[in-house]
Amino acid sequence: MMVEGSTRNLRDLLERVRNWALANSPWLVHYNSGSCNGCDIEILATLTPRYDLERLGIKLQGSPRHADVLVCTGPVTRQSRDRLRRIYEQMPEPKFVVAVGTCSISGGVFRGCYNILGGIDEAIPVDAYIPGCPPRPEAIINGVALLLKQLQPDRVDEIDNLMVEMGIDPHAIPQEEDLTDEYADPIGIR
Amino acid sequence: MNPTQTADRFIIPIGPQHPALKEPGHFEFTVEGETVTGASVRLGYAHRGIEKGTESRNWTQNLYLLERVCGICSHIHATAYTLGVEQLAEVEAPPRAQAIREIFAELERIHSHLLWLGVAAHDAGFDTLFMYTWRDRETVMDILEEVSGNRVHYSANILGGVKFDITDKAANTILKGLDFLEERTHHYRSVVNEDTFFLQRTRGVGLMTKEEALRLGVVGPTARASGVERDIRVDAPYIAYHDFPVNLVTLPTGDLEARFLVRLDELLDSYRVIRDILNDMPEGELTVKRMPRKMKPGEVISRVEAPRGELFYFIRSTGGESPDRIKVRTPTLCNMGSVIKQAVGHNLADVPMILVGIDPCFSCNDRAVSIRESRRNGQEKVWNWADLRRYGIEFYRRKMGLESSILE
Repeated sequence: MMVEGSTRNLRDLLERVRNWALANSPWLVHYNSGSCNGCDIEILATLTPRYDLERLGIKLQGSPRHADVLVCTGPVTRQSRDRLRRIYEQMPEPKFVVAVGTCSISGGVFRGCYNILGGIDEAIPVDAYIPGCPPRPEAIINGVALLLKQLQPDRVDEIDNLMVEMGIDPHAIPQEEDLTDEYADPIGIR
Repeated sequence: MNPTQTADRFIIPIGPQHPALKEPGHFEFTVEGETVTGASVRLGYAHRGIEKGTESRNWTQNLYLLERVCGICSHIHATAYTLGVEQLAEVEAPPRAQAIREIFAELERIHSHLLWLGVAAHDAGFDTLFMYTWRDRETVMDILEEVSGNRVHYSANILGGVKFDITDKAANTILKGLDFLEERTHHYRSVVNEDTFFLQRTRGVGLMTKEEALRLGVVGPTARASGVERDIRVDAPYIAYHDFPVNLVTLPTGDLEARFLVRLDELLDSYRVIRDILNDMPEGELTVKRMPRKMKPGEVISRVEAPRGELFYFIRSTGGESPDRIKVRTPTLCNMGSVIKQAVGHNLADVPMILVGIDPCFSCNDRAVSIRESRRNGQEKVWNWADLRRYGIEFYRRKMGLESSILE
């Protein structure tokens, strides 16, 4: 019993260390699986001086092997699905996926086209959705801040202050209880 | 095949996931030592089936679908489509609507060229210029947002006219923004023209003669930088380009430097044209009185000058509520052949700049870029764009005798 307990403690500790290391500076990798470019240029715009997402400790870089968060844009096309899965599998645990834009959520305006499978969640699990066609840079920052706050509750005030500096009201973000839809699950199976 | 040659030859595949262009595409470059001896391209990662999709949507819905062929040149796709459909319906948008379409088209050219200048500077390893151009680009994004309510897909066109009027207040914002941008563009022009380090990456790189450009069917600023006088806005004026003409900007040299200068000069010309229109804006309605829901049977073509070159639409109607066939030919596809031609004989380190020089837009094209290094002995490694870009920057640092640490 003692041994099992200490193993669990050790695992908890390692988990905490890993989350702590990740949440302070998550690295992003971006993949376009068939987007129209609109969302991609808006993501790039959030990294440039006007919005400067790097203030939140985020860095966009090239290799999936170094990344914590996969930012996906666009619907999933038949040709890019395998590539998207491969990129996701190359990422080390723990990993998160953010789907940016209406197309990456449902297929958007392209839904029904023969080469479209639908949203990103048709291929890989998604943690956060940012709607919009394309989402404004402020919306992308909101989405990322939400993810950061969840990862590291201690930094909530710090992130809120940074967002106020960027001219975004952090409390305009819908909270989790607002997002829960009681009618979404009519049968009641969880 | 000579066995020693085979042993020396490497194939370097690039893509389709890479952070620079934000789009997927796959290239394979055969290299002997540093020199590229062959190149091929694989496209289609972003192929969504839009052309077929248009056949199951009605004429109005297609406007919004076709706008999303490309997020950078969304207005021009919608313009080409609307002009074609208006031809089928035998209606013509009122002069004020045409002028507003031209203002949007030129604003879009400004945002597209500034975006390209930033991305190209980033690929050359000149991140300072990238950050400055993107900061200034926000000015034109603000203008677009104020006029239309959206930053990227402005949906200004509707069949038979435009959706937004340009009020006096909006006109003032535009004029103020343009003054700022004009000053900055003169600055960028001097940077691109005079900065020694930048010129080493652009002057004499990716040469393409006028004959080659004509033979390869290159379009847009890439062709104009090789001295080809081809611009749909001048050759076959559409919307309001009759009344507010643009100047044809060409340069004879045909290298990367010329492609930078042609685009920057086009920016200056766009500022002038927008001012001209705002000074002498036609009065009147924004839309035609009646636009039919079903189009008459027939076939039309419509040609417009997108920021990257000639954009071509073919539309066929059988008299129904939706088109029978829409064919889109985008400028990137026309220019892609030139990359494969230009890359041969150059150092692998120049490939990112040559590719970015045509301002490729894969979402227009089909919509993906990657390098895969495969040795003949079976080892294989895929380069992504970041690796290639880093390789290019390192190569030139060594060539210029700079220690990496100085620039880091």
